[in-house]
Amino acid sequence: MTQLIPPLAAKALSDCAAPPPARVVLRERGQREVFCGLTSIMWLHRKMQDAFFLIVGSRTCAHLMQSAAGVMIFAEPRFATAIIEERDLAGMADINEELNKTVSRLLERRPEIKLLFLVGSCPSEVIKLDLGRAAERLSMTYSPRVRILNYSGSGIETTFTQGEDACLTAMVPELPATDEAGLVVVGALADVVEDQFERIFEALGIGPVHFLPSRKAGTAVPVGPNTKFLLAQPWLRDTARTLEARGATHLPALFPLGAEGTTSWLKAAADAFGVSAERFHAVTEMPRARATRALARYNDTLAGKSLFCFPDSQLEIPLARFLSRELGMTLEEVGTPYLHSVHMADELALLPADVRISEGQDVDLQLDRCRDARPDITLCGLGLANPLEQEGLTTKWSIELVFTPIQGYEQCGDLAELFARPLNRRTRLAV
Amino acid sequence: MQLTVWTYEGPPHVGAMRIATAMEGLHYVLHAPQGDTYADLLFTMIERRAKRPPVTYTTFEARDLGSDTAEIFKSAARGAYERFQPQAMIVGASCTAELIQDDPGGLTKALDLPIPVIALELPSYSKKENWGASETFYRLVRGLATEQPKRAPSRLTRPICNVLGPTALGFRHRDDVREITGLLFQLGIDVNVVAPLGATPHDLTRLPAADFNVSLYPEIADVAVRFLEKEFGQPFTKTIPIGVGATNDFIAEVCGLAGVEVPDLSAFASNMPWWSRSVDSNYLTGKRVFIFGDGTHALAAARVAADELAFTVVGLGCYNREFARPVREAATELGLEALITEDYLEVEAAIARLQPELILGTQMERHIAKRLGIPCAVISAPVHVQDFPARYAPQMGFEGANVLFDTWVHPLIMGLEEHLLGMFREDFEFNDSAGASHLGGHGAAEKVSEAVAASAQAGEGAIAVLHWAPEAENELKKIPFFVRGKAKRNTEAFARDKHLETITLETLYDAKASYGR
Repeated sequence: MTQLIPPLAAKALSDCAAPPPARVVLRERGQREVFCGLTSIMWLHRKMQDAFFLIVGSRTCAHLMQSAAGVMIFAEPRFATAIIEERDLAGMADINEELNKTVSRLLERRPEIKLLFLVGSCPSEVIKLDLGRAAERLSMTYSPRVRILNYSGSGIETTFTQGEDACLTAMVPELPATDEAGLVVVGALADVVEDQFERIFEALGIGPVHFLPSRKAGTAVPVGPNTKFLLAQPWLRDTARTLEARGATHLPALFPLGAEGTTSWLKAAADAFGVSAERFHAVTEMPRARATRALARYNDTLAGKSLFCFPDSQLEIPLARFLSRELGMTLEEVGTPYLHSVHMADELALLPADVRISEGQDVDLQLDRCRDARPDITLCGLGLANPLEQEGLTTKWSIELVFTPIQGYEQCGDLAELFARPLNRRTRLAV
Repeated sequence: MQLTVWTYEGPPHVGAMRIATAMEGLHYVLHAPQGDTYADLLFTMIERRAKRPPVTYTTFEARDLGSDTAEIFKSAARGAYERFQPQAMIVGASCTAELIQDDPGGLTKALDLPIPVIALELPSYSKKENWGASETFYRLVRGLATEQPKRAPSRLTRPICNVLGPTALGFRHRDDVREITGLLFQLGIDVNVVAPLGATPHDLTRLPAADFNVSLYPEIADVAVRFLEKEFGQPFTKTIPIGVGATNDFIAEVCGLAGVEVPDLSAFASNMPWWSRSVDSNYLTGKRVFIFGDGTHALAAARVAADELAFTVVGLGCYNREFARPVREAATELGLEALITEDYLEVEAAIARLQPELILGTQMERHIAKRLGIPCAVISAPVHVQDFPARYAPQMGFEGANVLFDTWVHPLIMGLEEHLLGMFREDFEFNDSAGASHLGGHGAAEKVSEAVAASAQAGEGAIAVLHWAPEAENELKKIPFFVRGKAKRNTEAFARDKHLETITLETLYDAKASYGR
């Protein structure tokens, strides 16, 4: 613990500098067992406390929202669906007029809403309902009390977490301009994780730091040519591009999963803000040591165990990097719904050269490969988990990874626990 | 356009999935975009099925629109046939695919597959889940059932019937089928086919061999049994055997259809009549109950609540308009106006207004009940994972009646406890804010009773605020929480009626005398 940079992080940093090895990616097209982008409203509506998400879609969209994450157990949600009906499609009702009425009813019932998203769906996209214009029109009526933005979470354009990307992309043009230097952390994080990072940045002397999305729509996140940003989540391709268009600079780093990822991620900010190596070490040494201690507990359970990842959230590649490098797991296949070669370059460089990376999905073919590989643990969606368990495979539901605080040093142990628990359970059960 | 937070029913293609998933040897090719696969987890997670639903989704994307979505469908259908080798296939579109009008039926026909293929037209923008399930089952029966040589009636053979309606994701369908097929066996009647649950397409071809049909869930089976009656002259049952009385009526009905004597079933009788007559149940008398669910289960629950538990039904309704008529009639007989709506906010407002002591409803009413702090039991779909119990827990037949007694009475505070709480309201260890002693959630009650009052007021709109004198307010707090909301509401209504601005101790007791319990 006396080195300035721990061996893993040093290796990561030097690897980052090397050109990534040529890697063959298996690209598949077929049935996808994944959620559409609407599903990211599950966490966005809790994260942004004065925002409301109005999906303009079908009964299927509404049914998805209440079924997907068992959200019916929650308190009154800050989302709803405006269900398009036959008379809207047949032109018997002016669909824009209907939308005006729906929004007016909603805002009457929920006067505390400051930011309303009109969220496009597959049906609204197919009938070419222009929600951008609807948002502009409605903004004129409700401004300044309520801001109204729009984005599409449709399944024909977005997979699961890409819904958050589309949502944040819609927010970027609204952010106030600044010439001041500052750091923006992009991507929804659990409040507890956000608070931890905030304390670390403060100790490093980095500021001002803003988080996008912020908990309150009223909290301004200023952006300009002297803004630097870190991606806290791997699914923010368009948000990053839009921030860059406003002059902000992306700080490439590993994603903050595991001690190595968190160190790389913090170090990227520290370097950009001229923090000395000594100070960085002093601030991160304790939490990094705690993370190492927490991970050591899981070594016996996870080291040498094989992992197969079905595509779900785009967290799969950083997770595989963490599980293979910090917990000694072996990788059979790492599937991702979408592979962003630039944002993932550093991550991919740290994966063993012989790991099969797959992008997209043909679920039946992928299931065949998984059955052949018989991995010790399979990361997959809720539709596949029980059927695979029945076939004797141990699974971890991928959706838990987006609903659990897993980023940062203090959550390393929790993240390892998510993978260790199903294995532990299988060992204990004698029925 | 309809503003919705929670829905009682999914889209019609989810109804079709409930049929396909219930059956063996049937495959469903669904033209649908990425994301519609969410429906798989209804079956694998909520119902804990250990197999993937037999559904292939075409998964088209925005860039495919207008070019080759039809080709994507054809290759998915061909691939599904080759991989799964089903006895028959159903094909159709989800809401988005309906808009692009690719004609899954015609496309599959062009593939010339060597198995029966049934095309489904399920209009997503006007119909819902139950309709989709019913239509799918009807199309399958119509497409597959073929004329069979009838057996000559004989003294040596037992009458046979089909049991129709149970699906995947149905509320207690698995256990109802076991209970009812067991009961039929005791009556001397054999079962030819149970469908769709557990049936193959080949089994459906044998449906006409039965003497009559048992329609267990009219929401699913009604259209099919009417078709079978018309086409093959098979009569069907109209009684839904939920509760002791209805089970006895059902026995009489099936024995009539089968032409057999009603046997002595005393060895199988339900415990429920005695449990209900035993003095311990006295305190259940007149408990005010609100009932909401699908039409069939709501109707059955109303009969059981009124006749077999001596509850007072204060609200009755259903979310499926197709079954609104009998629910309206039953409500009228009870002196009520039926609540027919698919808007759960309307249901919540009705419950808050009526202040029932027990809610019998769906998963949605369970949430309303939790918010308002009112005991609740689930009687109808839609339901959640906890309503698929590991144990045998039918709703139908004699064992079903036992289950109803237990699950409806359990959420209530026990009789003696209710009395003691009424008498010794201020015991620091034993008071009503601790909640029922046999249930969890101690300490939550005080807060929720306030929510009850608040929602009740919100439900009434703008009415002049009444002033409670401090001593009256203190006295109100001595009333146990499970009736306090109602007492407060009654007292305020009384005060308004008498044009009183301030509620005093006198007003409180005047109101009590005028309203009774």
